[in-house]
Amino acid sequence: MSVVGKSVERKDALDKVLGLAQYVDDMHFDNMLIAKGVYSKETYGKIISIDISKAERVKGVVKIVTSKDIPGENLVPIVRKDMPFLAEDVVRYYGEPVAYVAAETIEAAEEAVKLVHIQYKPLETVLSIEESIKEKAPKIHPHGNIHKSYKIRKGDVARGFSEADIIIENEYRTPHQEHSYLETNGMLAVPAYEGGITVYGSMQCPFYVQEGVANILNIPLNKVRIVQTVTGGGFGGKEDIPSLYAGNAALLAYLTGRPVKLVLTREEDFFTSSKRHPSLIKYKTGARKDGTLTAIEVTYYLDGGAYSTLSPIVMWRGLIHATGPYRCENVRVDSHVVATNRVHCGAFRGFGQPQVIFAHESQMDILADKLQIDPAEIRRINAVNVGDETSTGQKLETSVGLLETIEKSVDKSEWQQKRSIYEQDKGDKRRGIGVSSCFYGVSLGAGGRKYERSGAYVEINRDSSVNVAVGTTEMGQGMRTVLSQITADALGVKYEDIYIVPVDSTRVPDSGPTVASRATVMSGNAIRDACRQLKERLGKVAEEMLKIPREVLVWDNDEVYFKQNPSVKLTFKSVIEEAYKRDVHLATQGWFVAPYTTFDEETGQGWCYFTYVYSTNVAEVEVDMTTGIVTVLKVTAAHDLGKAINPALVEGQIQGGVVQGIGYALIENLLYDKSGKMINPNFSTYIIPTSVDTAVIDPIIVEHIYPDGPYGAKGFGELPIIGVAPAIVNAVFHATGVRMKELPVTPERLFSVIGEKK
Amino acid sequence: MSDLINLNFTVNGEKKHIKLDPSMTLLEILRNILKLTGTKEGCGKGECGSCTVLLNGKAVNACLVIASQLEEAEIITIEGLGKGEEIHPIQKAFIEEGAVQCGFCIPGMIMSAKALLDENPHPSEEEIKWGISGNLCRCTGYSKIVSAIEKAAKER
Ligand code: FES
Ligand code: FES
Repeated sequence: MSVVGKSVERKDALDKVLGLAQYVDDMHFDNMLIAKGVYSKETYGKIISIDISKAERVKGVVKIVTSKDIPGENLVPIVRKDMPFLAEDVVRYYGEPVAYVAAETIEAAEEAVKLVHIQYKPLETVLSIEESIKEKAPKIHPHGNIHKSYKIRKGDVARGFSEADIIIENEYRTPHQEHSYLETNGMLAVPAYEGGITVYGSMQCPFYVQEGVANILNIPLNKVRIVQTVTGGGFGGKEDIPSLYAGNAALLAYLTGRPVKLVLTREEDFFTSSKRHPSLIKYKTGARKDGTLTAIEVTYYLDGGAYSTLSPIVMWRGLIHATGPYRCENVRVDSHVVATNRVHCGAFRGFGQPQVIFAHESQMDILADKLQIDPAEIRRINAVNVGDETSTGQKLETSVGLLETIEKSVDKSEWQQKRSIYEQDKGDKRRGIGVSSCFYGVSLGAGGRKYERSGAYVEINRDSSVNVAVGTTEMGQGMRTVLSQITADALGVKYEDIYIVPVDSTRVPDSGPTVASRATVMSGNAIRDACRQLKERLGKVAEEMLKIPREVLVWDNDEVYFKQNPSVKLTFKSVIEEAYKRDVHLATQGWFVAPYTTFDEETGQGWCYFTYVYSTNVAEVEVDMTTGIVTVLKVTAAHDLGKAINPALVEGQIQGGVVQGIGYALIENLLYDKSGKMINPNFSTYIIPTSVDTAVIDPIIVEHIYPDGPYGAKGFGELPIIGVAPAIVNAVFHATGVRMKELPVTPERLFSVIGEKK
Repeated sequence: MSDLINLNFTVNGEKKHIKLDPSMTLLEILRNILKLTGTKEGCGKGECGSCTVLLNGKAVNACLVIASQLEEAEIITIEGLGKGEEIHPIQKAFIEEGAVQCGFCIPGMIMSAKALLDENPHPSEEEIKWGISGNLCRCTGYSKIVSAIEKAAKER
């Protein structure tokens, strides 16, 4: 009896509804100190002096660290090392960490933070993409203001445009988005014996954190143990920056010899954590009268903020997906991620894609309108299928469910009928329906080739219960549940008997980060590898017990039986008991390396991801023409993810992603004053959707099996947010005839354009 | 720090007599003094609802209530919701409906749901949405949370 494909109860639900789940701030150690950061009050400036003498005299203060106290390298190891753990002679954004205080009480730490006196010499700031790319722009880094550039060259765009019957060219802009996980970042560092250190905390990527801590302390990796605590949301926001907080907490623990807890306030988290990159996208599309694309040319800029952190690979992902899930022979894409004196940007669900997909799905809609083709139809006309090529020349060999997502979402939402019904609305309230399609390369692909492996440790205990250790993390998405289902099926035992142990860097080798929807495929396949080995060993035992060759034995539902005669059987438990008597080794490591991927930096061609997931979103909105307020009525979201290991979890991912997408499309907007200081670092002014801002959400699961994934699964999690904003903006166009090219579509913005049109 | 005051109040049915700083928040008292860490801090400023508890039967943000308001008060937190071994029907419905993801908002969400259902045992979908509109959740999109509350209401 397989549990894969069933909506079994989440492993962690009971603890969480009882309030028993331990997040890092719920942990306590004797003798523990509390840490607080001193964050820059200057946007861009030279540090003239740091005076901690007054702060040190506050009763209860034990240690104050600045960059001078760092025994190792003062750089957070991410893609490129350019972000310091603590600013040395320059601060490059408002809120940058300059010092940390450890004290006996939070009050003492807060008092000391106020008394640290830093003198700056202000420098001329760069606060936008446009400013950053100006020839005479002040340089933020010695290498200049371009963190990184990538390109794609395919076919001949000049020829492509000359073959086009229509060419459309537009500019699009998108803002920062803050992850707004409900649990702020936090770390608890505890000195261990022989100069080692253990760090507990909220994170997605324990092995990144391990490297960061080793780097700042200048100790080897084997002395650093990282334990992930229950993590209150991540969405990419706990990919890169936890290394910085962990490094500083570890530094204080190391220097004081005492446990140190550092948990950020919401405001501190807003100021210092990574965001979704703002973008500026110039997009030119050529097509024939029948809607087929002939050429696409894109220049894609991202604002990476003060430090590059993950920016190069975020942009790379945007680049690979810049032309959408469509066939087009002539493509030219240039992408640049630039430095500004704003907070660093990193990973956020979608990872460089939501920005560029907003642009290409707006372009497709404009094309459809100009050519008088139905918007869903123009996507169908160009959609990739098995055998087609992506813009990087990768031939899609299996599992391409895009067309089915278009069909299903269009049918289920009653697209045709609603197109015409909504067009009758002529009053103050007008409805509209819009569509968008997109794809998403699973895991890191050629952009993160060196992390494309994962380990798993599976152990069957004497009582036949099973524990599993993996290096990827649970942050709410349901990984522990999905991996338990995979283990249960791989061994033929009950789901209830599987326990995924807390993620601990000492349990499995470096398994890469938990990002890019990779946990199901990577850890899932590593678990299957381990289970295969264990079943070999158990097979020998069962074969001797039953006197039946193991090749014809079936392991299922806590039993092992003879294929031809299921009444000849043993319980799993009895095989385990026998195996223990015979001293059979019932624990093992599994390992999985992702299929081959490539990318040529010169041409931008290559086999970029081992597989892709696909989706189509249909959004319905109502626009109040007198105020510009957009209400999302319904989102029908069809997703091809290979195989849904747990359909209820998939639905949950879709519902959550859609609502984040509604926030991105309509509400969420980080604001800065002229000096470059963020002015809405809290939930009363940076508004995220509440329960009354949601819509009816209709998730549709499409399954085009991926043969190399566990049970056909490809991975999920990121995709649900990606296509939502363009579907909404296209629906707004259908309702009002107004084309919005900048997110978010706030009432003020929309109303001012509606007003102009009137 | 102000002068300490003596306080008498009840938490989850247990009487407490504590001497503390009157400016301390209920959230600090629960988490740091009574070690009831099921109540979460998401913002500390009344913006997120993660710290929702019942104060004399009403849902409040514990981060906005200060000690001096607590004399003779009756407080219920997520830890006090079930009866002994038995979990509360709202908690059960949250599990069954798959309403839990990262879980950080969940204790506060459940306490708001409890206050809502105590006052209005058969709320409409709209009333449920308004009832939890002070509780942010970034993971679930609220859909399954609303269905869990509907289910709990039906099964009461
Ligand atoms: S912590 Fe009290 S409302 Fe956010
Ligand atoms: S479940 Fe994560 S914030 Fe609600």
